[in-house]
Amino acid sequence: MSEETLCFHFDVDGDDFTSAGQASVQVKKLLRELGVSPEVIRRVSIAMYEGEINMVIHAGGGKADVLVDETSIVIILTDEGPGIPNIKQAMQEGYSTAPDNVRSLGFGAGMGLPNMKRYTDHMEIESAPGKGTTIKMTVEL
Amino acid sequence: MRIRQIQEVLEAELIVGEGTLDKDVHSACGSDMMSDVLAYVKDQAVLLTGLVNAQVIRTAQMMDMICIVFVRSKQPTEDMIELAAEAGITLMSTEKRMYEACGLLYTAGLGNGVIA
Ligand SMILES: Nc1ncnc2c1ncn2[C@@H]1O[C@H](COP(=O)(O)OP(=O)(O)O)[C@@H](O)[C@H]1O
Ligand SMILES: [Mg+2]
Repeated sequence: MSEETLCFHFDVDGDDFTSAGQASVQVKKLLRELGVSPEVIRRVSIAMYEGEINMVIHAGGGKADVLVDETSIVIILTDEGPGIPNIKQAMQEGYSTAPDNVRSLGFGAGMGLPNMKRYTDHMEIESAPGKGTTIKMTVEL
Repeated sequence: MRIRQIQEVLEAELIVGEGTLDKDVHSACGSDMMSDVLAYVKDQAVLLTGLVNAQVIRTAQMMDMICIVFVRSKQPTEDMIELAAEAGITLMSTEKRMYEACGLLYTAGLGNGVIA
């Protein structure tokens, strides 16, 4: 199975809010070309998009790896930002440390991580202050 | 309701995307918070918003929405128009405020997906 795994890598620029989400748009296109169902594509791309936005607004950018095989789609988001001190609290709907300027851009409602969990089958967060954040999300096919 | 009717009901100016005007849609969603839009997947095909930046287009694209209506005469930038054209998303702009625009569409029969 592993030799049939497709791997896609993206760098997520932390300096440019306007370009945030470009990787998710590309993944959406790739999955469409692979013939993945629209419902699954939507879940994957929303989860990845929220994660991408988080890396841009909270962590100064990062990278995204997407692994596709016959049974699942795995999204791994890695950044070297400030990390999340209290993951349980960060997972609560409405909890956000985003500054007001981010809110005026339409994000920072504290719904990103809960959305990512809701739209994927598994989500693991590894994070500690000063160590950055790695989020692994899996959607079963 | 067809996208064309939405344009008529809101007396909206079409900015880009004539291609979808005859498509039929069944629900809409009105919000300035993109995370709220992303939180409620219900096959909404139309987004009404007062927010103007590239993430509005990407949010609609992620949600497979086909039309964005900017309220209060807000105008998208050239970059946004280009993104929308690539994504096959129709953009229009209406003078109406959010509350009125949603109310008009709801009254005209565009159903229950309206949130926020
Ligand atoms: N990649 C990240 N690096 C550091 N902190 C993060 C990251 N992602 C999320 N967080 C923290 O978790 C909180 C909640 O995230 P989220 O639910 O996406 O809400 P929002 O992004 O709207 O603040 C953020 O406000 C931030 O404090
Ligand atoms: Mg977020």
